[in-house]
Amino acid sequence: METAVKKIAVLSGKGGTGKTFISVNLASIIDNAAYIDCDVEEPNGDLFFKSKNIEKQEVFVKIPKVDMTLCNGCQKCVDFCKFNALTYLPNKLLIFDKLCHSCGGCVLVCDKKALTEINKEIGNIYVGKSSDVFVVSGKLNIGEATGVPIIKQLFKYELPVKNIVVDCPPGSSCLVMETIKDADYCLFVVEPTIFGLHNFKMVLELVKLFNKPFGVVINKYSEESENNIKYFYENNIKIIKKIKYDKLIVEMNSSGLIVSRMFPEYKSLFTDIFEEIKRFI
Amino acid sequence: MIIAIPVSEKNLKEDVCVSFGRAPYYYVLDSNKGEGSFLKNPAVDQPGGAGIMSSQILINNKVKVLITKSCGENAANVLRAANVEILKAIKGSLEDNLTAYKTSSLEKLIEIHQGFHGNRS
Repeated sequence: METAVKKIAVLSGKGGTGKTFISVNLASIIDNAAYIDCDVEEPNGDLFFKSKNIEKQEVFVKIPKVDMTLCNGCQKCVDFCKFNALTYLPNKLLIFDKLCHSCGGCVLVCDKKALTEINKEIGNIYVGKSSDVFVVSGKLNIGEATGVPIIKQLFKYELPVKNIVVDCPPGSSCLVMETIKDADYCLFVVEPTIFGLHNFKMVLELVKLFNKPFGVVINKYSEESENNIKYFYENNIKIIKKIKYDKLIVEMNSSGLIVSRMFPEYKSLFTDIFEEIKRFI
Repeated sequence: MIIAIPVSEKNLKEDVCVSFGRAPYYYVLDSNKGEGSFLKNPAVDQPGGAGIMSSQILINNKVKVLITKSCGENAANVLRAANVEILKAIKGSLEDNLTAYKTSSLEKLIEIHQGFHGNRS
């Protein structure tokens, strides 16, 4: 287990707290690291990395296809499908792709072998390199119901690295669950506002369910916001760093530049964060 | 001709249910025989695809006319493919709507909503 790749999941609950900022900068100061963007509905980590030599892979899910010459209208598939993705009309089987969860059950219950599985593309993954960081991003096609299969494929990609920084989607839904399932450590990015704290508590519940070691970074910190982070002191939750609201970061971020690659004080700040994480992984 | 109307309670004086797919019951009437009964809708608490599932049940019960206040696009696709006519319910009770149907004064339901398709992210 000691030699296995270590995964650090960066999450927040609330959107816009700085998950991508923290993940990108963290991956940039770790030797031999990869950055995986699991925010498949709006991947934007590569706006910072601007990776080169990008390789593209399609992501498929299985959906059923019917051969009506074999279907006898028994409706076993319709009854089996818990997501109501199938309807039988006289001499016609309607299949609702968007409701299908690709479980394959309908194919198994069909005695007449009228159903087979076909591939449907739901998105892509992109792998490139930015200096020595491997950058892997997933992108879900517009209108698709779930990005979970894309996240599964992102983690299957074999990378010659020791550490992976995972940029999680916002929220605390299935996508986030899939993303942190195999993480070795969860790093929370908390914005010191009542909204940031509220959504932090929601993802904290999820992380506790998985029994993962975790730590907190307060982003966009200012002394006036102390009142909003009392919760952490009261509940003995370790704050690894408070990253001060800094015009330099704002300007760097809005130009898509990586602050830890350019300013030694930020390189050392992110190195401190990584040193603290290393105590747990 | 078999007609179905979504309702919240098993009562002819009851208003037509605002939802089609998640209505607790359907009043199903065979207009030739003049026999009507209430059919429990098992799709009422489905996490998703309720409109599709309830359409399937009505089609299996040989329903040819649906009188409803609303209908989502998935359900409408199923019903249209099975040649079920979708009529717009008028304000009032189940009985009022049956009377209106008999005098051919119901209009076709034009507004099909996008559905409340479960966000399963």
